[in-house]
Order: sequence, then structure tokens, then C-alpha cells
Amino acid sequence: MSALLQAEQLTMRFGGLTAVKEFSCAIESGELFGLIGPNGAGKTTVFNLLTGVYRPSSGTVTFAQSDITGQPPPVIAARGMSRTFQNIRLFDELSALENVMAGAHLRGHINLFDALLRTGRNAREEKRQRDWAYKLLAFMGLEERAGLAAKHLPYGDRRKLEIARALATEPKLICLDEPAAGMNPSEKQGLAQLIRRIRDQLHVTVLLIEHDMQLVMGLCERIQVLDHGETIACGKPREIQSDARVIEAYLGVADA
Amino acid sequence: MARNFLVMLGLLAGCYGFNFVLAEFIEVVYVDYINLCGLAIILAVGLNVINGLAGQFSLGHAGFMSVGAFAGAYASIMLTYGVIESGPLSFASMGSFLLCLALSGLSAAAVGALVGAPTLRLKGDYLAIATLGFAEITRIVLTAQDAIGGPTGLKRIPKMPLLPGAEKWDGGTSTFWIYAFVCLVILLSLNLQRSTFGRALICVRENELAAETMGVRAARMKVMAFVYGAFFAGIAGCLYAHYQHSVRPDDFTTVRSIEVVVMLVLGGLGSLTGAVVGAVIVTLMPQFLRPLEEFLNLSGLSMVVYAALLLLMMLFRPQGIFGQRELSLKLLRRLVPGAGRESGP
Repeated sequence: MSALLQAEQLTMRFGGLTAVKEFSCAIESGELFGLIGPNGAGKTTVFNLLTGVYRPSSGTVTFAQSDITGQPPPVIAARGMSRTFQNIRLFDELSALENVMAGAHLRGHINLFDALLRTGRNAREEKRQRDWAYKLLAFMGLEERAGLAAKHLPYGDRRKLEIARALATEPKLICLDEPAAGMNPSEKQGLAQLIRRIRDQLHVTVLLIEHDMQLVMGLCERIQVLDHGETIACGKPREIQSDARVIEAYLGVADA
Repeated sequence: MARNFLVMLGLLAGCYGFNFVLAEFIEVVYVDYINLCGLAIILAVGLNVINGLAGQFSLGHAGFMSVGAFAGAYASIMLTYGVIESGPLSFASMGSFLLCLALSGLSAAAVGALVGAPTLRLKGDYLAIATLGFAEITRIVLTAQDAIGGPTGLKRIPKMPLLPGAEKWDGGTSTFWIYAFVCLVILLSLNLQRSTFGRALICVRENELAAETMGVRAARMKVMAFVYGAFFAGIAGCLYAHYQHSVRPDDFTTVRSIEVVVMLVLGGLGSLTGAVVGAVIVTLMPQFLRPLEEFLNLSGLSMVVYAALLLLMMLFRPQGIFGQRELSLKLLRRLVPGAGRESGP
């Protein structure tokens, strides 16, 4: 049996700096997988490698049984991998609804002439996108915000809107880059529930980068730990918590 | 689609009526201003898709316009064997004119794709310089072609075909043709802007990386924007050539490219309404400042006023008159208190 996403020996060098060294992982369909590590460990670089933003110096990425190494982001998105960004990248001038509809653009089947001439197909596509976007906004608890420009949304809602937009591309796997960053404890609780529902109700596999240990440990079924670009541990939360190298590298020296 | 078709038919009838009113009641000088405004609107609304929606800073619109102008004018002269006066409406004159328009639009669009594709990696100022260079190269290449008259360009370009009932109108039916395309470009651009492709273009402008990871092919969208804008620039060029009856490469200098960008910036980059309003203001302002200039005996005053106006605009309303808003019932309600129940948040 093969995994949904399989990275093998991914290495990324920027000049003399090796940001990620021989990163391998296998994420099964339906998993909640966590990727953690101290600042500068190379987590976001891994995301950029997986989603095609960077082309790896060496190594391969296999997604849903096909090799996607070095493919550009739109191709990878079309294959069913979507993501959010650590530093939120919304389409600020568009409304929340339009942001999500933009994510739905990928699965549309109309051509430019349908749009220019406002054919029936165009109307059906607009309706499909709008209905799907409203559904996802409601799923994320943002239906009240649909008409607001993304730039006017409060911080927590901006994070959630990015997730809704990523879900609109109908992904098999969603990569969340620190979705709880900057949220207060109660917001984090709500977010954890949402992420679980993304997996359980929408049947989307989740790959999560997160700094909040409590959130990751409570949510993820398997966790991989990076430090200085190298994998130092991989396993169930309980195993990670008691791993001596993780405690040393990530949490500092135990009971100093 | 059927509704759009009916709307366009209605607009065409409106253009005919507009042409009739102008021909009967308005002085020829002012009709000329109105026609120039129409041409400027076609250019500005087309460029708005490139510079406004897709966020690509193109400074080469005069280049696209010149390609369309020469392609259309040359074809027109060939097709009519140099007969300037257009007779009453006939399928031949109408057909050849529409053919020339299509040809000019398509040739400019092809050039748009050629320019758009290799310059995709360029951003901001670099793209501006590349497109500006393209427009200048086009002008110089056209100047060097003896087949289209070299620096003196093409002359004796046929008039636009007359419509029934227009035989006695002084200015012919130029206004009808120009405003028919004004309506067409506005209608299509409005549809584009409100469609999934319009949103995709705005996504590329707002955040290219996010757009790409959401599956929007930024490169393809940019080329599409260039093709669209260039197509209508070509149409405007063809109309311009037929309207002036002659066309020279020097009609399409960098100044003209910049003028179109100024229209957009003045009206509000990214707003279709802004493009229309900007086009009208930039076209009319020098015409109305000229009498003042003569009255005060200060030549060059209009350029000073023009520059001052732009400076004031940059200082006090850098987003342009309309920002990215469109003229809509909602906006009107907000501007006119008490006119509607709704109030802005």
C-alpha cells in the first residue's frame, strides 16, 4: 500500500545553506499529520518544496501515485494539494466570498468566451462557485463575513478564510502552515475542532505545521520533528513527547 | 447571453440615436471632441484589464494601437481600391469595414501575446520599460516600411461606412461606429470583471504566489490580459485611422501610451468607471484649456495645469477618482444620503 504523499530524500540548498536535508515522510490518506520543530528548522521550506513553490535540489515527491517533483504550483494544486501560508496571503481587495470563489476557479470548466458573453455555462459556473464558497464559509464559521473585504477581517478570521480558500480547490491534502499563530487559547480550541472536522467531515488529509505544542499533541496522530533541516524523530505524540533528542533540540535541555 | 445580445442591440440603437442628435444639433468641433473621447475610452478600458485588473504595468498601449491602425487601414485601402467616399450602406462596404476591424483587432492581439509571453517574468518598472521599448520599436519599424508610406504613413483611408438615413449628416457615422465599440468593450469588460476569470486576474494582482498555489495559472492569465487589452487597442487604432483618414507612425509615440496610463491612474486603477471618466477628462481637458491659454496669451498653460492637476491628485487622492470602486446604485445611495435605506458599514 502506498501513501497519499510520499517525500523521499528531499534536500534544499540555498547557496551554501542547506535548509532541508534528506527529508522523507509518508502521509497516509485520512491522516492528521504534524510537522514541528524550533524556529528556522526548515518546516516552511518543506511546505514550499511539497507545493511546488521551490524546486528541490534533490529528492522526489510523490502524490497520489504520481511524481510531482519540480512541478509548478498550479499543477500540484490541480492534483489535489492545497495550502495556507504562515504569513497570510489573502487577496486583500476581494471580499471573503470572492477569495473562496477564487479557490474554486481551479475546478471550473468554462472558457473565456463563456465569461465574456455571459453564457448559461458561465451562470452555472458562477452559481457553483458561489454555493460552494458559501458552504465553506459556513463550515469555517465565516458566513457573516462573506461580503467584507479580506483586508478588513480580524486576524483570526483571516487565518480561517485562508483555510476556506484552500479547501475550495477541493484538495485531497491540505497543508496548514501555523494556522493557530497569533490566536488566543479559546480561538485555538475552536480551530483544533475545525481541523478535525476538515478531516472527518470533508475527508481531507491534513498536514500541519504548528508551534503550539498542546494543539499539535492533542490533534495530530503522527508527528515528525525537524531540527536544522534534519528529521530527528517521527512517531505518535506520546513517543515524541518522551523522545530525548526532541526534548533537547526543541524544548531545550530537560529540567535544567 | 440572450440578454446580453438584446442589451447590445439596444446600445447600438442608442449609438445611432446619439449620432443623429450630434449630427443634427451639435457643432462639428464638439462632435470631434466626443469622438476622440470614445476612442480614448476604448483604449483606457482595454488597458484597465492589463494594468488595473491583472496589475501588470504596461506602457506600450500605443504600440498595440499602431499595429491595429496600420493593419486595418492597409486592408481597408486594399479592399476599397482607394475609394474614400463611402456610398450608402451596402454589404460590401459594411463587410469590408468589419473585416478590417477584425483584422486589426486580431493582429494587435497576436502582437499582445508575443509581447506578453516573454515579458511575463518582468515585474513593475521592468515590465513598464520592456513594453515601452516594444512600442517604440514598433513605431520605428513602421516608419521604415515603404509599403505603408514610411514616415508619412497611410493616406486616403476610406471613411467608415454610412448607415441608412445618415447621407446628409456632416460628420458621417463615425460617432456610431466609435460608440458601438465603446459599448462593446464596456459590456465585455464588465462581464469579464464579474466572472471567474476577472477574479483570477485580480488574484494575480493581489498575490501572485497565493494565486498560483490556488491553481490560477498566473502566466496564462497575464497573457490573456495582454491579448484582451491589445485586441481593443487594435480596434481603437483601426477606428482612429478611418476617422482621421490618414495615419502616421508618429501618431503613436510614447506620449500616447503614457496618456492612456494617466487616464487610468486619474480615474482609479482597476475601476472600469474610473477608466471611462479618466479617458473623458484627459481627452477634454487640453481642448478646454486651449481657449484659456489664448485668452491669457500664455502658451503652454494647459500643460502646467495638467501637471498640477496630476500632482494634486497624487497628493490628495492617490487611488484615483474612483479608487477600485465602480459606479453602481449602491455607491450612488451612499453618496446621496437619504436616497436609499442602505448605509455603508
